[in-house]
Amino acid sequence: MPGAIYAEGLVKTFGDVRALDGVDLDVPEGTVLGLLGPNGAGKTTAVRVLTTLLKPDRGSAFVAGIDVLKKPDAVRRSIGLSGQFAAVDEYLTGRENLRMVGQLYQMSARDAKVRAGELLERFDLAEAADRIAKTYSGGMRRRLDLAAALVVSPPVMFMDEPTTGLDPRNRQGLWEVIQELVAGGTTLLLTTQYLEEADHLAHDICVVDHGKVIARGTSDQLKARTGGERVEVVVRSPEHIATADEVLRGFGKGASSVEKHTRKVTVPVSGGAKLLAEVIRELDARGIDIDDIALRRPTLDDVFISLTGHAAETDATETGDAETGDAGAETGDGGASGVAGASGAAGDAGAQQEARP
Amino acid sequence: MSVIGTPASREAALRVHGGIGRSVRDSLVVAKRNLIRMARIPEVVIFGLIQPIMFVVLFSYVFGGSIAVGGNTDPSTYRQFLMAGIFAQTVTFATAGAGAGIADDMHKGLIDRFRSLPMARGAVLTGRTLADLVQTALTLVVLAIVAVIVGWRVYNGIPKALAGFALLLLLGYAFSWIGALIGLSVRTPEAATSGGLIWLFPLTFISNAFVPADNMPTVLRVIAEWNPFSATVQAARELFGNLPEGYPVPGAWPMQHPVWASLIWSVLIIALFRTLSVRKFRSATA
Repeated sequence: MPGAIYAEGLVKTFGDVRALDGVDLDVPEGTVLGLLGPNGAGKTTAVRVLTTLLKPDRGSAFVAGIDVLKKPDAVRRSIGLSGQFAAVDEYLTGRENLRMVGQLYQMSARDAKVRAGELLERFDLAEAADRIAKTYSGGMRRRLDLAAALVVSPPVMFMDEPTTGLDPRNRQGLWEVIQELVAGGTTLLLTTQYLEEADHLAHDICVVDHGKVIARGTSDQLKARTGGERVEVVVRSPEHIATADEVLRGFGKGASSVEKHTRKVTVPVSGGAKLLAEVIRELDARGIDIDDIALRRPTLDDVFISLTGHAAETDATETGDAETGDAGAETGDGGASGVAGASGAAGDAGAQQEARP
Repeated sequence: MSVIGTPASREAALRVHGGIGRSVRDSLVVAKRNLIRMARIPEVVIFGLIQPIMFVVLFSYVFGGSIAVGGNTDPSTYRQFLMAGIFAQTVTFATAGAGAGIADDMHKGLIDRFRSLPMARGAVLTGRTLADLVQTALTLVVLAIVAVIVGWRVYNGIPKALAGFALLLLLGYAFSWIGALIGLSVRTPEAATSGGLIWLFPLTFISNAFVPADNMPTVLRVIAEWNPFSATVQAARELFGNLPEGYPVPGAWPMQHPVWASLIWSVLIIALFRTLSVRKFRSATA
């Protein structure tokens, strides 16, 4: 049986740009899928197709078991959408916004009123409930937007970069809400540029780039594919970087990487904690002072770099800009074409050995 | 029970409305939202009034003595003649309001939210145009009071005068559907405002609104006589009893039967632009 969100071969082109280039998704009921990728990768386009906002050129999609293309209205009754912008009317109060959305979900005026009250309480907006949303902070608007998406407690939720632009405290709060939702059985598709966020919230992760899923699996599976542990050393003085690099390469199993401005040298290793002690002794013997040393497992950032040939952040310059085939944004993408070739190659390799659970 | 995260428990709250009932209800919900907004941003309504009031005063007193209507250059005759034209021009400005409002909703992601809800498809636009109709009606009331102050009167009785205002409002409602289409087609609210206004100037000036069309060059005169806008102006003038003695009514059909012409034009505009707008709305992207 297909999952609560299921898509097969989704293709959507805008002019010359293939925003979606054959995307397959399958999200089991009650789980969270993190759709991870830089701006322009096709994340928002995928969400727009699945939430009935956009018709794909090819492919099929089912949400809550309902055909998105054939019965969009029935799908709309079963979903909640929280988009990239806090889509609330800023001249209505928080309460008026939620009541309106409730009524448009076809609740009775009375039910919508009761529900608005519950949600305002839950999202810590009760005090501000009768102020117009224009006076709300960014975090409050986000919470109101999310509350609007949850008016009918839909079985399937879509959140497009829900924490973009939020401060850490608000982000933490939003994560808690998401976890509560999922604990209650909601299926969630979440797009994000924050690898940490996907790591924290998602059961499964799909990495997308240039409209294609280039890797999928659990966070652990993706990390495992990127290789084992790394030793990371931050030296105290910049002139020691070269020596430290030499030392680490002696212990390493692969190419080292050096970040000059942070005085950080990283190398993949095998051998665990015991090796770490040896590295420290060797650095000490050469008279290199260190500020920090760590043995760490690969982060999703490492995964992203190894899959796409570039870090997720390099493309993330126009945060908040809708990526729906905006030709300008896509061209900007291509500007980083030094890595585009590498990215393609890494992408193909990734696609061939997808780590599916 | 937890407020969030219990999908099944909410299922019962969802009632499925069908067809027209849902359409009307959803449209009213959206109209209410837009009216609340208007009440909270009164500047928009107030600025919307200043321009027509200025026109009433400027045209009445600056052009008033120089324009002959039916061979008569008496300023008070021109004032009677002018008002229907200014009323009609004012109602067409609803175009810009609807356009800017809808473009703004697109820009802020609200249209996406509405489109993801199980609501009637046309309701977002119908709600907006209904709210604009209310605003236009309020504007007309204020404007009519100003007109009475400068000496305008109706001569055919109140029922006919009300019928004249009804035709004007219907024209305004029709034009707000043109605005809806403009709002859905442009990228920014600013573009919708200017895009909603520029074409209104030739449309309202190449007409019988401010001067009789019979002195225009032939091409312009024919355009003016068949201009949907002229039909409503002529109809309102007739219903208000504002056509001066000896004013030659042009032979073109819409000028001979202005009430019918006005009704037909407005209904046609609504039918055409509502269809185009709702279709555009379904595929709208910000």
